[in-house]
Amino acid sequence: MRKTLIATLCALGLQAGLPAQSWAAADQQFIPLPTYRVGPYASSGIPWWAGTLDYLRYVNEVEGGVNGVKLVWQECETEWSVDRTVECYERHKNGLDGAPVAFFITHSTPASYALMERGHADRIPLLDPAGGRTESTDGSVFPYAFPLLLTYYGQASVGINYIAQREGGFDKLKGKKIATVYHDSPYGRETQAAIELLAKKYGFENIQIPVAHPGNEQSAQWRQVRQEKPDWVFLRTWGVSTPVAIKTAARFGYPVERIIGDVWAGSEADVLPAGAAAKGYQALAPFPGGADFEIHKRLKEHILDQGKSDLKDPSFFGKVYYNIGLVNAAIMVETLRAGQARFGNRALNGEEGRWALEHLKVDEARLKEIGFDGLLQPLELSCADHEGGGAARVQQWDGEKWVLVTDWIQADRETLRPLIDAKSTAYAAEKGITPRDCRAEG
Amino acid sequence: MNVFLETLIGGLLAGTMYSLVAIGFVLIYKASGVFNFAQGAMLLFAALTFVSLREQGVPTVLALLLTVLVMIVGALLIERTVLRPLVNRSQITLFMATLGLSFIIEGLAQGLMGAQVRALDLGIEDVPLFFGEIMVSQFDLVAAGTAVALVILLALLFNKTRIGISLRAVADDTRAALSIGINLNRIWQIVWAVAGIVGLVAGLLWGARQGVQFSLSLVVLKALPVLIIGGFTSIGGAIVGGLIVGAAENLAEAYLGPLIGGGITPWFAYFLALVFLYIRPAGLFGERTIERV
Repeated sequence: MRKTLIATLCALGLQAGLPAQSWAAADQQFIPLPTYRVGPYASSGIPWWAGTLDYLRYVNEVEGGVNGVKLVWQECETEWSVDRTVECYERHKNGLDGAPVAFFITHSTPASYALMERGHADRIPLLDPAGGRTESTDGSVFPYAFPLLLTYYGQASVGINYIAQREGGFDKLKGKKIATVYHDSPYGRETQAAIELLAKKYGFENIQIPVAHPGNEQSAQWRQVRQEKPDWVFLRTWGVSTPVAIKTAARFGYPVERIIGDVWAGSEADVLPAGAAAKGYQALAPFPGGADFEIHKRLKEHILDQGKSDLKDPSFFGKVYYNIGLVNAAIMVETLRAGQARFGNRALNGEEGRWALEHLKVDEARLKEIGFDGLLQPLELSCADHEGGGAARVQQWDGEKWVLVTDWIQADRETLRPLIDAKSTAYAAEKGITPRDCRAEG
Repeated sequence: MNVFLETLIGGLLAGTMYSLVAIGFVLIYKASGVFNFAQGAMLLFAALTFVSLREQGVPTVLALLLTVLVMIVGALLIERTVLRPLVNRSQITLFMATLGLSFIIEGLAQGLMGAQVRALDLGIEDVPLFFGEIMVSQFDLVAAGTAVALVILLALLFNKTRIGISLRAVADDTRAALSIGINLNRIWQIVWAVAGIVGLVAGLLWGARQGVQFSLSLVVLKALPVLIIGGFTSIGGAIVGGLIVGAAENLAEAYLGPLIGGGITPWFAYFLALVFLYIRPAGLFGERTIERV
């Protein structure tokens, strides 16, 4: 009896340990996916990966792959931990059964930092949309790092631009007080230099208020907000610290309409626990919520209604995290198309993936074609610019769902660029890197 | 002066939320001398069970009773499958068992009830109340009232009932308690069940504030300095420790934070605990261990 029980448990364990797709062939494109479906961040990971897998399945099954090249993927469960993401990278960097890796999507700023030098040495591009190391925008120093879509500096700039829009112009920012309540971590501190620069440019008072991890008690911070009486609060929290911030702001009488959350403080998981206190809260959205985009109609017809979706709870269809997964998958697929246009319709390796990313161009017409119009911003990357987009929309929580209140708002990339260049130059000097000449590479 | 008073009162009230979590640890430590690493997971499991039942349309009172029942059944299972086989093993063995237990409970909770973040509305408005110019949170007042009520109930349980006297006997001297016929297994079942119910109360209040999600199990991090300061064996100590930690970290954040960059609340509580360890290793109300050498 005991042996039978052990054998059954072993069998179940082996079965559970098997990845969703385990076999690949040399003519297929392999995509390693460091996922987090269990652990502290599972609530965001589950819909996120469902969005990614649903789109990859759609491309494989409806479009016949990327120009005929089928995608094959394998998940590593990381629980969003850096060490497991690094292990996943090491396990998969050489591909699977001959199917090569064109890029590795880190899905974590700390992991992007940890993998920076490995990616460079192995010539494998690291993708971290709306995250990553901001100065890696400079591809001349960081050829294999892509913080594409919207860097942290960009997020700060879009936030300030939106506030200026609401105030009636940049000249109205002079003398205003803008407080940034931020998660006291490298992620939270990443925007400080950008906001300081923008404060000098526009003449607003810059107040920085840190919230220590995990941020489940914030009375002291919001008491300070009440004393400082800022005109606006830029909320750069993460996880549980966001709903606690929104609720504590309400408790201290700070109007929620004057709080603007950043990209990672703007999902349903951030506002639902805050209940009525979150009604009117706004957040930056390079990945807007909603299921009315064209791609959702296609996915519903071909994937969800056919019972092929990775989403166990269909109510998450079109939620912010699901859409993040979709956008990330679309970036991967469009990168492969860009590379195939140059290297032929075959699976790409890391070096070819880098070339593809640096020549990635997704314009309005292409966005309409793939059904991502309004959901993904136009992107154009280059050797010198690994961000490519630099814009976000703003969405507002109406108590039940996110409502988009603006079109794409562009970050002030010209103002931010010298800051990025200074940091990348310092990094190059520290590591003894000779920057590439991006002008020569075209 | 108003700012100081408001910060102090707000900190004291916030501290009672920490005390609620710490009481669960004290109960189990008193009965078995074991630091229950799974207390946070139990808190998460209880809150998730309650919210899941409410989502299924179960009325609030019935959902509460059913969750209490689930926690009692859970306590019986833990005693039967984890604790009983480890009787007479060292305390570190029992501690490691609770460590493993925490992973099992967390996995079960997410596996059975889902990983998504849930809102929990207890009907207590988290709005400011003003006493003159001093602002106090209505929610914190309710939480403080709940903590006081819980302490009174537990004091009655442990001082006025046969079970409570048995528990105190086990806590004082396990071997002597066994020799006069006290059933240790039954005591452990009761204590784990009570700790589960205390976890439910703490889980509901913390869940209402931050949402019911995995990170709820992390609130136990706040309980550790409370226990070190108040003592691991005193429920009153957990309350006093919570008040000290709540007040000290809020005052430190307000007055010391701006001087050293802010965000100091988590480590300041542990710094304070270290100071207490230096001055009073057993905590303010903990029992001093005297050993013959």
